[in-house]
Amino acid sequence: MRRHPLALAGGLLLLLVVGFCVLGPLLHPTNQNDVDLVNAALPPGGEHPLGTDTNGFDVLGRLMNGGRVSLQISLLAALVATTIGTLYGAVAGLAGGVVDGFMMRLVDVMLSIPFLFFVLILSARFHADALSLSLVIGGFSWLLSARLVRGEVLTLRVREFVLAARVMGASRWRVILTHLVPNALGVIIVTVTFQVADAIIVVSALGFLGFGLTYPTADWGSQLASGVTYISADYWWLVYPVGACIILTVLALNLLADALRDAIGRPTSARS
Amino acid sequence: MAKYVLHRLVVSALVMLGISAVVYFMLHLVSDSPGRIVLGQRVSPEAVAAFDHQHGFDRPVVVQYLDYLGRLLHGDLGRSYKLNENVSTLIAQNAGRSAMLSLAGLVLALAVAVPLGILQAVRRNGPLDRAATAVSYMLYATPSFLLGLVLIAVFSQQAGLFPAEASQSHSPWAVFTDPRAMTLPVITLAAGSVAVFAQHQRSSALDQLGQDYIRVARAKGLRERQILTRHLLRNACMPLITLVGTLVPTLLAGNVIVESLFNYPGLGLLFLNSLQREDYPLLLAYTLMGGLLTVVGNFLADVMVAAADRRIEVGR
Repeated sequence: MRRHPLALAGGLLLLLVVGFCVLGPLLHPTNQNDVDLVNAALPPGGEHPLGTDTNGFDVLGRLMNGGRVSLQISLLAALVATTIGTLYGAVAGLAGGVVDGFMMRLVDVMLSIPFLFFVLILSARFHADALSLSLVIGGFSWLLSARLVRGEVLTLRVREFVLAARVMGASRWRVILTHLVPNALGVIIVTVTFQVADAIIVVSALGFLGFGLTYPTADWGSQLASGVTYISADYWWLVYPVGACIILTVLALNLLADALRDAIGRPTSARS
Repeated sequence: MAKYVLHRLVVSALVMLGISAVVYFMLHLVSDSPGRIVLGQRVSPEAVAAFDHQHGFDRPVVVQYLDYLGRLLHGDLGRSYKLNENVSTLIAQNAGRSAMLSLAGLVLALAVAVPLGILQAVRRNGPLDRAATAVSYMLYATPSFLLGLVLIAVFSQQAGLFPAEASQSHSPWAVFTDPRAMTLPVITLAAGSVAVFAQHQRSSALDQLGQDYIRVARAKGLRERQILTRHLLRNACMPLITLVGTLVPTLLAGNVIVESLFNYPGLGLLFLNSLQREDYPLLLAYTLMGGLLTVVGNFLADVMVAAADRRIEVGR
């Protein structure tokens, strides 16, 4: 870790963000349920360190809540994507031949479809909640991890320990789950980290375009989107704090993922 | 070379066929029946069924897909549910503006990123390299709409240098005829790509700088400038060509966001409005177009790289 000051910075930053979102509400309890129009759009100061929004909600408290929603969605989306991608890639790599060819061409096809379009279409059709949003994002972003894991499995499957396991009569799934996946874990962890970062951006973009979570649940993206309306009214505290939260979190995740990638010593650019 | 191009062409056509099938069936799965969308929520189920029957929407989905595919090959993209206009007409009206916006963004991104990446590699770990890497990380972590907003707040509302809205002209050449109004949209669109491109260019230039041909060029006594422009540039740009090809979907998504933020009447805005209107023929056509552009982008990238590097043909 000491050789990677940036990784350390990323990790600390991430801890800070998670601490802020999870423990923050304990230190700074706020009422995020009742509209308080008397105290709406107050500038930062006094009881509200970051002011209040146009419904009178405390912005700092709202940031903590929104961060929790954003992190939950992104983490779940990344886990869904990585689980599908890992299993798909492992099966394709192990099967080889025609099956592998067909499975990977399908990935090519899916990769050529602008995925934001699909997510938009789905979230416009079905009013999005946190769970469905993460499933949809996860369901469309497993493609790159599938490719990476397949590549990893292609080199692993001819190694002695895999051959030995197969000779001993281990079933395919046993080989995949107990031998291939653990050895591809480094690659997998790097992809998860990148994917959490990407998911945060996607969720916030959806929020901005008006197809994110429905009010009153608010992730950082939809908070930013509603703050944007007032940017010309000089309500800067509705825009910049939440913007900074998004940037710092994604930055922390990317730094961490890059360092992990260096640490396992493989070119696993999830960024294609 | 011809054989390689032909091979890639066949693969691209198959991928395109796959895309059309996946997109068609997925949209079919999530959408209401066309009759319901066209006639509205208050119409009786019988009227909806009659409408669907009259227009052939009650046939099996595979038959409908093949029918759509057949008309697609004749350039017929169907008719918008809500705008009483052919989808191809609507797309033709907006495509030029979107294309010029994307192109301007891409050109700007490359014009900044390629020299920057090479310079970073040459002065590796120097102050410029570190600063540029830091900025790239920041840009990469910034959602493009947030960046656009900050640009609007700073350069439009406070400094008053540029308008907050993109050009509303119907001509696709607004980038040239109204450069002031298009400055902020183009910069917003380019910024995210600059971060990605510059970092890639840096690492591929670093790879190349360690190669023997660079040492030979140095040993010959060539000037550093000549080495960089004549020898390094061409080889270091190869990975970038492939990258641009694969990034087409991301660039198109960027278009949707920038067009919405700056209210620029292009395909992205048309797509967003169609989303609200549940205008599936338009959504289908635009998504397919995005897929087509990606496939064409990948194909061109592969062929260009193969044309520049003859070894690829052998490896195939």
